[in-house]
Amino acid sequence: MDDDTSAGVERRRLDDAPVRVVSARASLPTRLRNLSSRRELLTSLITSDIRIKYKGSALGLFWSMLSPALTLATYYMVFSFFLKNGIPNFVIYLFSGLIVWNMFQTAVSSATGVIVDRAALVKKVSFPREILALANVGASVIYFVIQLAVLAIFLLIVGHEPAWGFIWILPISFVALYLFTASVAIVMSAVTVYLRDMRHLMDVLLQLWFWLTPVVYSYENSLAETLHLHGLASIYFLNPITLIVLTFQRIFYASTTVHSTITASTVLHILPTWPVSTYFYMNLGLLGIMIVLFLGAVTIFGRLEGNFESEL
Amino acid sequence: MTTVIDVESVSKQFKIHHERHQSLKERLLHPRSGTTELFDALLDINFKISDGETVGILGHNGSGKSTLLKCICGVLQPTSGEIRLRGSLAALLELGAGFQTELSGRDNVYLYGAMLGFSRKMIDAIFDDVVAFSELEHFIDTQVKFFSSGMYVRLAFAVAVNVNPDILVVDEVLAVGDERFQAKCIDRIRSFQQEGRSILLVTHDADTVRAICDRAIVLNSGKMIADDTVQESLRIFREYLLGRAVEHDHVGTQANITIDAVTTPTGSFEVRNGAGMHFDVDISSESGFSGNFVMEVFTRSGLLVSRSDVQGSPVNLTPGPNRVGVDLAELPLLDGVYDINVGVVAHNANTVIAWREKAASIQVIYDGREGGIVELSPSIRQQ
Repeated sequence: MDDDTSAGVERRRLDDAPVRVVSARASLPTRLRNLSSRRELLTSLITSDIRIKYKGSALGLFWSMLSPALTLATYYMVFSFFLKNGIPNFVIYLFSGLIVWNMFQTAVSSATGVIVDRAALVKKVSFPREILALANVGASVIYFVIQLAVLAIFLLIVGHEPAWGFIWILPISFVALYLFTASVAIVMSAVTVYLRDMRHLMDVLLQLWFWLTPVVYSYENSLAETLHLHGLASIYFLNPITLIVLTFQRIFYASTTVHSTITASTVLHILPTWPVSTYFYMNLGLLGIMIVLFLGAVTIFGRLEGNFESEL
Repeated sequence: MTTVIDVESVSKQFKIHHERHQSLKERLLHPRSGTTELFDALLDINFKISDGETVGILGHNGSGKSTLLKCICGVLQPTSGEIRLRGSLAALLELGAGFQTELSGRDNVYLYGAMLGFSRKMIDAIFDDVVAFSELEHFIDTQVKFFSSGMYVRLAFAVAVNVNPDILVVDEVLAVGDERFQAKCIDRIRSFQQEGRSILLVTHDADTVRAICDRAIVLNSGKMIADDTVQESLRIFREYLLGRAVEHDHVGTQANITIDAVTTPTGSFEVRNGAGMHFDVDISSESGFSGNFVMEVFTRSGLLVSRSDVQGSPVNLTPGPNRVGVDLAELPLLDGVYDINVGVVAHNANTVIAWREKAASIQVIYDGREGGIVELSPSIRQQ
């Protein structure tokens, strides 16, 4: 064995080594520092999550591209031949909102039970526990990117131009989406330790939530007028995903007002006709709120984490 | 000397739920029902470990030793107090807990390494050593779910010791694997010591502590009752064990058996190699008791040379003073000083009734040229 030499070379000056403190309650900056120092673990967990998911399947990760592509193809068939709703290019409208929703839904539903499922690990190995939830969010980010690529290829094939003037808002909107997803995932993973039926409740809540988000229907076309009449529009926008979905739709679907494909004379208002600056400021504001929310989520997790061992 | 582990007034309380309401319905229906009791697993523990020290934590099941270890590793947070750590730490707690059974051995090495806090690059550098140490060359690309439990543990141990941590924390894992692998682990731990790394070892096995540690800490019901040299801590540990034995067997007749003295007829404990030796053990008992007499012989470095058959030497103690004679014929030991522990155990050999650590030391004189501890006198000739 050549350990002796390597150990000799590497024989350490421990006086300079940083001191780590294990104590009752770590402050928020400490928690964030611990999280960022374990990025490597996060990457490992994400890759192992994805590997396990496609273990033994012949096509492997290719499935994560194939399945959204097939979904897209199915929607294309259904909405252009059977379920004509008058909205031209409805598939693009649907898919640009769906990728946002999928990222949120996949991450939250997998992260909700993650601490309970991996209790053995949580009780034996030391690492910031939020990472387990964040790994699920990370995996869904990868699926998101793949779906985004599928959408881009589809747009290229059908020759549909996105709204180039809006596309620079996409990163802001995406970061807000990531932070919101991560916050919900982190809090739910901890809450489920104490209330085990959260995951069943979450399944139902997510369904309800899906229909409160304008993915399948158009907010402008079906809801906006009624909501404004009753002054409820602001409540509808309390759902952070709504704004993100609208932004994605604005970017990829591009048109706000279209002519119905059924009766050419009918004009449909599909998306809000806000100028690019409104989208920018709204997304920026949302991002700010999401940063605060994320810090809050990490703090709540820290509070709940203390009693994990007596509940797991 | 740099302090690598500094445990400062650490306490840990657990909540014990007597009625668990974990579903939403139950919580809503019984918001206040179910009693919660606080249990002190650790109470105001204080100690420091310097760079290069090997420290044993001794204690019985439920004494809080594993809780303390988990706090040090950061798996649990203490309820109050602080633990300061310097340098990298690898813990051998429940080996393989971090393994993903669906993944191959190779993937798990990287994942486990990442969990211990080591980068992919560092694992790349030691990967071959890990595989060689674990002796799993043929299975490294097999999914871990097909591993035997021994293979599982070997792989985890191999990762933890090959990442070259500054502090190695070991929790009774030396009892796993076959004998050869155990010997390899002990070797590895010794080379760790030689490299000046710190080791914290948790066990209830006095032999391991004697063989490896420089210092030992004894825990009893969450309190630290000793932090001293190995000899002294072991004495306190045995003493406590005695107290517990009496308490547990609650048979009045077994109480108050003490080993008073170990003497030789000549008063000298010097003996020539190959000669016989006789010594007497004076035991006083308050009441009649029948059990077994046990003798252990240790080298000064803490290696167990011999332990007599714990069920093979019955003694019937009568109230008052008793004397047990021990004859050693043709002592095959080489020169050196050997410590003798004597004790009385119950018939089932599970309970120590009386024990005396280092009751006597014998000095063996040997004129020959053999080295080691046992004289084998091999006859060697060329053929």
